[in-house]
Amino acid sequence: MPQCMTWMKLTMADARISWISGPVLRAATDSGFRISESVLVGENRLLGEVIRIDASSITVQVYEDTSGLKPGDPVAGTGNELSVRLGPGLLGNIYDGLLRPLSTQDRHIRQGYETPVSNKRFPFIPDVEPGQQVSAGHVIGHVDLKDARSLLCQTPPDCQGQVISVVETGEYTEDEIICEIAGDDDITRNISLGQQWPVRRPRPVRERIPPEGPMLTGQRVLDSIFPLSCGGRAAMPGGFGTGKTVLQETLAKWCDADIIIYVGCGERGNEMAGVLHEFPTLDDPLTGRPLMERTVIIANTSNMPVAAREASIYTAVTVGEYFRDQGMRVALMADSTSRWAESLREISGRLGELPSEAGYPAYISSRLADFYERAAHVRTLDGRLGSLSIIGAVSPPSADFSEPVTTHTKRYVRSFWALDPERAHARFYPAINPLISYTQDIEILQDYWKQQGHPQWAEQRRRFLTLLEEQARLERMARIVGKDALPPRQRHVLMCAELINDAFLRQSAYSENDRFCSPERQIAMMQIITHFIEQTEAAIAAGVDVDRITDMKVMRRLHRMNEGISENELDRFQLLQNSLDAELGLVTRGVDGSAG
Amino acid sequence: MRADIYASATATRIEGPLLFLKRTVNVGLNEAVAVDDNTGHTRLGRITALDNEHITVEVLESTAGLSLEETTVRFLGKPLEFAVGPDVLGRVFDGVGRVIDGGPPVSASQHLRIDGLSINPAARTMPTDFIETGITTIDLMNSLVRGQKLPIFSGAGLPHDELAIQIARQARLRGDGEEEFVLVFAAIGVPFESAERFRRAMQDSGALEHTVLFLNLASDSSTQRLLCPRYALTVAEYLAFTEGKHVLIIMTDMTNYCEALREVSASHGEIPSRKGFPGFMYSDLATLYERAGSLSDTEGSLTQVPILTMPSDDITHPIPDLTGYITEGQIVLDRELDRADIYPPIKVLPSLSRLMKDGTGAGYTHEDHPDLANQLYAAYAQARHLRVLASVVGREGLSKTDQTYLEFGDRFEQELVQQSSARTLEQSMEVGWQLLRELPDSELTRLSDAQIKQYISVDRNK
Repeated sequence: MPQCMTWMKLTMADARISWISGPVLRAATDSGFRISESVLVGENRLLGEVIRIDASSITVQVYEDTSGLKPGDPVAGTGNELSVRLGPGLLGNIYDGLLRPLSTQDRHIRQGYETPVSNKRFPFIPDVEPGQQVSAGHVIGHVDLKDARSLLCQTPPDCQGQVISVVETGEYTEDEIICEIAGDDDITRNISLGQQWPVRRPRPVRERIPPEGPMLTGQRVLDSIFPLSCGGRAAMPGGFGTGKTVLQETLAKWCDADIIIYVGCGERGNEMAGVLHEFPTLDDPLTGRPLMERTVIIANTSNMPVAAREASIYTAVTVGEYFRDQGMRVALMADSTSRWAESLREISGRLGELPSEAGYPAYISSRLADFYERAAHVRTLDGRLGSLSIIGAVSPPSADFSEPVTTHTKRYVRSFWALDPERAHARFYPAINPLISYTQDIEILQDYWKQQGHPQWAEQRRRFLTLLEEQARLERMARIVGKDALPPRQRHVLMCAELINDAFLRQSAYSENDRFCSPERQIAMMQIITHFIEQTEAAIAAGVDVDRITDMKVMRRLHRMNEGISENELDRFQLLQNSLDAELGLVTRGVDGSAG
Repeated sequence: MRADIYASATATRIEGPLLFLKRTVNVGLNEAVAVDDNTGHTRLGRITALDNEHITVEVLESTAGLSLEETTVRFLGKPLEFAVGPDVLGRVFDGVGRVIDGGPPVSASQHLRIDGLSINPAARTMPTDFIETGITTIDLMNSLVRGQKLPIFSGAGLPHDELAIQIARQARLRGDGEEEFVLVFAAIGVPFESAERFRRAMQDSGALEHTVLFLNLASDSSTQRLLCPRYALTVAEYLAFTEGKHVLIIMTDMTNYCEALREVSASHGEIPSRKGFPGFMYSDLATLYERAGSLSDTEGSLTQVPILTMPSDDITHPIPDLTGYITEGQIVLDRELDRADIYPPIKVLPSLSRLMKDGTGAGYTHEDHPDLANQLYAAYAQARHLRVLASVVGREGLSKTDQTYLEFGDRFEQELVQQSSARTLEQSMEVGWQLLRELPDSELTRLSDAQIKQYISVDRNK
């Protein structure tokens, strides 16, 4: 039996189906069900959850295909909240929305599929002794995976007391009892490597602390321009084809978190196949280990049952919190929260609830808040620092950012990365529009860049954004008067903004050299672009024609420095700057010469 | 098999395609029924809602002639199924899988549920085989790969039928003479002429024996329209995953399907969402589109090319919008190009193939293919941008480079988009390089120095 959150009930409640519509059913009963209790429906024992209780009936949402269910079929209570089993075996695998492994499923998703008992053994080394007092979250021992990071086995958050017995170093499955603890209430709890936790209940922590330090993504437009802090929340809205999924995948690949949880929520099956195909072949740029070792994939594709799509988001957050509690930095990528909101809408519609904005139920905003609020930078129960950052993709219908899911999401996130169809059409990726996007984490992260030897970061970032803003304004003006009619200073702005866009913001996810960009390289690029802006400004003030500058041979190298100069040849940036200075010197002297 | 269960004179209400019955028998959701009237005419239906007292049956034909008293309902005890076998090839069916070519019934080797089952994402393989369609804007710019679902977003009156026929005829894998595609064509609520045109085109090219046709004409009932793609996909899945063939399924027109979905949903009294379409339309469309793909344990693959006409050419309308969120890209047809007499009128900028990266480049097509496509995109986007500028300030107001771009844009449409016959990928790429040679090297920032040297400078100097 799962050791936590078991309601002490001697008899399990049961009910009979009286009405079905799609994934929702009502069942008549006179026994006591509870809200959020998980139930087993019909002969195939399909998994469901109680979502509403009346005097003599309950309403259940079913997480599987309901074909073939009929009135009169039994509904059996389990006595537990909808829970998932957490444990060291999660890493490197793919699961459905309720954390049942997909690798052991058939070719097609079967009804009433139960998690098979895994015989996989994990090397466990105990860290406590019998007689020792342990509090909630105390480390009982650790699992030392060969070559990979070691994982902790902690007491569940609701368990404390005295250790009665603990097993010796050895190999154990997730179900075997490794430790017995006499609780303060004199009930003995059995602890195993795996533990159950109800998905809708946030795991407790000692305290929440303000976000700190960057969640580096290896993407320049994010790290340098719209950064995210550890424990932060970001939303990524964009119409179809603007590159949300590719960007989410890129982040999952290159961000510097310890653990990645990737949820494909109502998305494409082929994409999940792509992730499964590609991730095992890639190495983590920071540790050199296979990326798959730090990844948990939760896939509930668009054709899988809609109620499970609703649950998948909570499942993912719960898994994230489990690793966060071990003192790790976890990043959760949810693609896409709009599909999740739609599953709420669909179920709400089936229940005949009063719709509010765009047909979504009125509680959409509070559900979004519940989800995003589970991202946090925390001190865990046993005093470690851990963080869970959430990056949610939003798919607004007709790319209209004023729709309910986008607007409500905006209220809860700290970073907003808006994807722009116009950039995507020109195959300019990541298609983040620098004029609509924002982040509230600038001040938190200034120290980080200072430590990296880049104290002018905030100032240079502001300068880049000002130039881009000005470019947008000037382009409107140029539409009326023509580009050539603009004064040199303004043409200088256009030239610099173009360089920032092309060389700095654009970053191909498929380029061997450029798919990942280290902070050092980002700094070098930022410096050389700033240098260019300042030097050419001076040159133009001295009377050099803008066309002479754009015609310089070095311009092409500057524009292509993102792909031209790779991670391990950073000294070439200095050479590039030297050639820039040399050529610019020639052009400037040309002016002086003719003047003299 | 269990024996048929009858219920007669239990009907309480008939409304549009829906028949409401008193619940006198124990039947399950989604099971099939046969509805007989007093003349012995049988209509197929399925159970769409159940409670303690009532059964709601969706009748798949017109309910005209049914009465409450004299209607008998036979419960078949299983979901709607389709009997399929290897000799479905070359046959013509109506929207609910009944033979309409005058031939004998299909000898069945399997009975398959038409709703299909969700494919386990872990059992899929990633689609990577490049399909050459002979159309430059697809092959070069938005490559189609085996197992992909790539819709064509069209408008009323645009030549999407021609394009579909062309793709169906020309689609082939490169290199070794692999067997041809098997075609499944589902005409969903189309006028008779369009359906006939497709059938004739297949017949004339001698491809009919590799083709299965499903014809649901505009005059057939809307409930059948909901089933037509499901029957077609069931056959396609059977051919792909049981028979191991490479199947290309063309479904036209998905707009009619969605309209039928709205109609039937409204008659159920469901709460409408955007523009009156039901809130579950995304999930419903996904159950169709997600049936494309390839599996790790069989040879075959299922590639989908659904066609939809955007109501008043509006790409933000719920039908194209939701489709675009499920499918792996889209090919957009453009009225402006069509009016300029450019065929195929594919609007390159909003078109996209998400799986292109997996099926192009070294090892698949040509190592420089992705960069070339990328550079063409960037340059054409710039040209379109400048065209707006030029319409205000005039060409003369632009710099020399900008004027070169404008010229590039025009030639791009005239020479690359426009094509009178099929091109191989190599021919398409050559057209692309040719156009890029018009632009100065400094503008080609998406190409490497080596690529410029190999393709751009060399020929320019000749």
